[in-house]
Amino acid sequence: MSVDLEQFKEMFYEESSENLEAMESGLLELSEGGTDLDVVNTIFRSAHSIKGGSATFGFTSVAGFTHVMEGLLDEMREGKREAEAKIIDILLESVDVLRAMLGSHQEGEEPDDERANILKSQLVAIRDGGVSSSSGSESQAQAADSSSEVSGGTCQGWNIQFSPHEDLLQTGNDPALMIRELGVLGTLSLEMDDSRLPSLDAMDPELAYLQWNMTLKSGEDGNVPNQDAIEEIFEWVEDECDLTLEAIEEKRKSPDRRADERRQNDRRQGSRRGGEAGAKKTTQAAASIRVGTERIDAMMDLVGELVITQSMLSQLGEDFDMSQMERLRDGLTQLERNSRELQESMMRMRMQPVSFAFNRFPRMVHDIGQKLGKQIRLEMVGEDTEMDKTVMEKLNDPLVHLVRNSMDHGLEPPEERIDAGKDPEGYVRLRAFHQGGSIVVEISDDGRGLSREKILGKAIEKGVVTEKDAELWSDEQVFNLLFDAGFSTAEKLSDLSGRGVGLDVVRRNIESLGGRVDVASKFGEGSSFSIRLPLTLAVLDGQLFRLAGQTFVLPLVSIIESLQIRKELVGGVGSNAEVYRLRDQYIPIIRPASILDCSDKHESLDGGLLVVVEWDNRHVGLLVDELLGQQQVVIKSLETNYQKVPAISGATILGDGKVSLIIDLAGLFELSGLMNDRAFRIAA
Amino acid sequence: MEAINTTQTTENQYLTFILDEEEFGVDILSVQELRGWENATPMPNTPDWIQGVINLRGVIVPIVCLRKRFGLEDREPCPTTVMIIVKVASGDKERVLGIVVDAVSEVYNINESDLQPAPSMDGAISIDFVKGLATIDEKMVILLDINKLVNEGVLAKTDNEKAESVSA
Repeated sequence: MSVDLEQFKEMFYEESSENLEAMESGLLELSEGGTDLDVVNTIFRSAHSIKGGSATFGFTSVAGFTHVMEGLLDEMREGKREAEAKIIDILLESVDVLRAMLGSHQEGEEPDDERANILKSQLVAIRDGGVSSSSGSESQAQAADSSSEVSGGTCQGWNIQFSPHEDLLQTGNDPALMIRELGVLGTLSLEMDDSRLPSLDAMDPELAYLQWNMTLKSGEDGNVPNQDAIEEIFEWVEDECDLTLEAIEEKRKSPDRRADERRQNDRRQGSRRGGEAGAKKTTQAAASIRVGTERIDAMMDLVGELVITQSMLSQLGEDFDMSQMERLRDGLTQLERNSRELQESMMRMRMQPVSFAFNRFPRMVHDIGQKLGKQIRLEMVGEDTEMDKTVMEKLNDPLVHLVRNSMDHGLEPPEERIDAGKDPEGYVRLRAFHQGGSIVVEISDDGRGLSREKILGKAIEKGVVTEKDAELWSDEQVFNLLFDAGFSTAEKLSDLSGRGVGLDVVRRNIESLGGRVDVASKFGEGSSFSIRLPLTLAVLDGQLFRLAGQTFVLPLVSIIESLQIRKELVGGVGSNAEVYRLRDQYIPIIRPASILDCSDKHESLDGGLLVVVEWDNRHVGLLVDELLGQQQVVIKSLETNYQKVPAISGATILGDGKVSLIIDLAGLFELSGLMNDRAFRIAA
Repeated sequence: MEAINTTQTTENQYLTFILDEEEFGVDILSVQELRGWENATPMPNTPDWIQGVINLRGVIVPIVCLRKRFGLEDREPCPTTVMIIVKVASGDKERVLGIVVDAVSEVYNINESDLQPAPSMDGAISIDFVKGLATIDEKMVILLDINKLVNEGVLAKTDNEKAESVSA
């Protein structure tokens, strides 16, 4: 009976990616010094399970590659090798290669083995360079070594020395079976070595004493058995035997320079390819979510309760009279509680600890720090803070951008830091925490900070602000200029203030999630970016309002206040633009009704309702017909069945079953033409 | 007789509906359900033939007024007015849309080989959306390619706009 392995593959990929992550974080831990045996063991175990799994699924190249890694790790585990930086780097690169290989298997493509082979030979070279090594790994080294030579095509066959350890039989392995399998691969001649066999009275029948020297040549079909096939046979006993695999060659070619060059090129291409594969993988991972069983159990309980409530209510409905009113009311209360709990528990399933997003940074900081020649310590606080999976996915890019910025432009090189009287090692701190109904992620560093003067100088030069006004601006206002598209993309700020381009994209991404980003900084002491996001994208606290007979929803978080318009405070700027004097500032009035083509009527403003909202640091008044209640609404995407509609961020279903549209303020302002109006921004 | 017919050639079932006194047909496999007419929530800044969105058991479904889409004279909904909820493949996923028609008519078995190519028409109905013409009891039935209609006639238009706004 054949077992369908396909169904397990997905599980293997998922496990492998976890294992790879474990290896990566373990290696990074090692790179910070010390050979903690537990860590090495974890890495080893991860490598071992990837090897086992990939051998099961027939990914021989992956298995072969991990095998070599494992050999090296084994030596570290046994204390025969120090965790030098060079080795760690190669192992880290190997993790990338493995990820790429598994990625292409997952896509159903054949992985490109060349890069793996290069790394494999590098790993082997390291091992051969070692002072001491066990006979087992020596033989592995030779085996792998010959593989790189074999690729030249001069191999005629193999000399195999197979000496099982005494306890090989106890694990249920039988040398006879392995030898028989070898025989299938080609023409096998063998010689048994019974020198270890003790006299009969001293012999334990459960131990293996025999050893073999074998020669495996091409079989009837003329094909030389390949190394992978041979290794596969001994796959499960490699830790319980000494195995030497030697290629028999006619002419021994020394590896030529051309091959070296090719390797270099391949490596370059390989790393690029690796990156692409990595990116692909992350998008794919979005499709599934892993949920702890206890959460599912809790949900199951809730559903059970819901069913009970339902049957109770339907029983009540069978013959209802007014005397049962009380019970009906109880039942409905219970139903309400059940459904609210069910909703909450569903939300919790979508929650994941923010460490999923943070995990990539140790590696990134390690790599970039090395490249920039800066000493950077990464601190992560509050990794257990949970947030919605969809929010987290979209948070990734802005986070990477900000962390990169901090490392690249924020932190100074060690010499500069020493001159400034700071610790040569700078830090980048990632901190996540809950605050009210939002989650805050902070990226701070103790670098050179932002310079108010330089940013303002730039702003004045670009005509964003006049020299006179500039003095009145708060630091916050000044720093926020960095997020301005026209400001930061026009000229790289990196040479000016220490902050790079593209912060406008960061802000746009975060605002599209309904969040906001702020910056605080002290010149010479560092800066801190904080991202504030709603806990979830699936539910929104909404303010319902009516416009020309239609009900709309406005995100409650953006509303500052609502007021009744007093005619004397309305001013006109030009023909269409109206402004309202709200205490000491003028705010533009926009009429959503005409933007959302509900009505063409130009209603008088007097006595109308104005909802003052804040978006992108400015206040704007929206003219509405009527304010209705506030409630939590479940956001449904219009793009599921239709497509994006300007100024509408989604839809929701109200209590009466009707669909109501949720206003997207950014889109609304864009349509109103306010977006390009810098004057309002500054006024606000 | 019937049985022999089905075994001999590929025969598809079509649901037909009336629109401005013409009979149109769509592949019945793409029809999810029929619904009586109801008021949809209008959506701003969409073409006028998008009547709005409705709540279909918790799913937001856009409604296309086929009369307006085909440039026919608009008409007040009457008791026979029906929304045909169709499910079409669009890109890598399935989309559910409703189309408003005057009335549903029949379900016919139509042989693929009996289909006539549509002659080029000057009318508003873009020839691209017509799969072919069939004759049933001396009557002409215009079979629509619903996938094409939705993907190119309903969604694509706004996709272009989106591309423009991105470049701008």
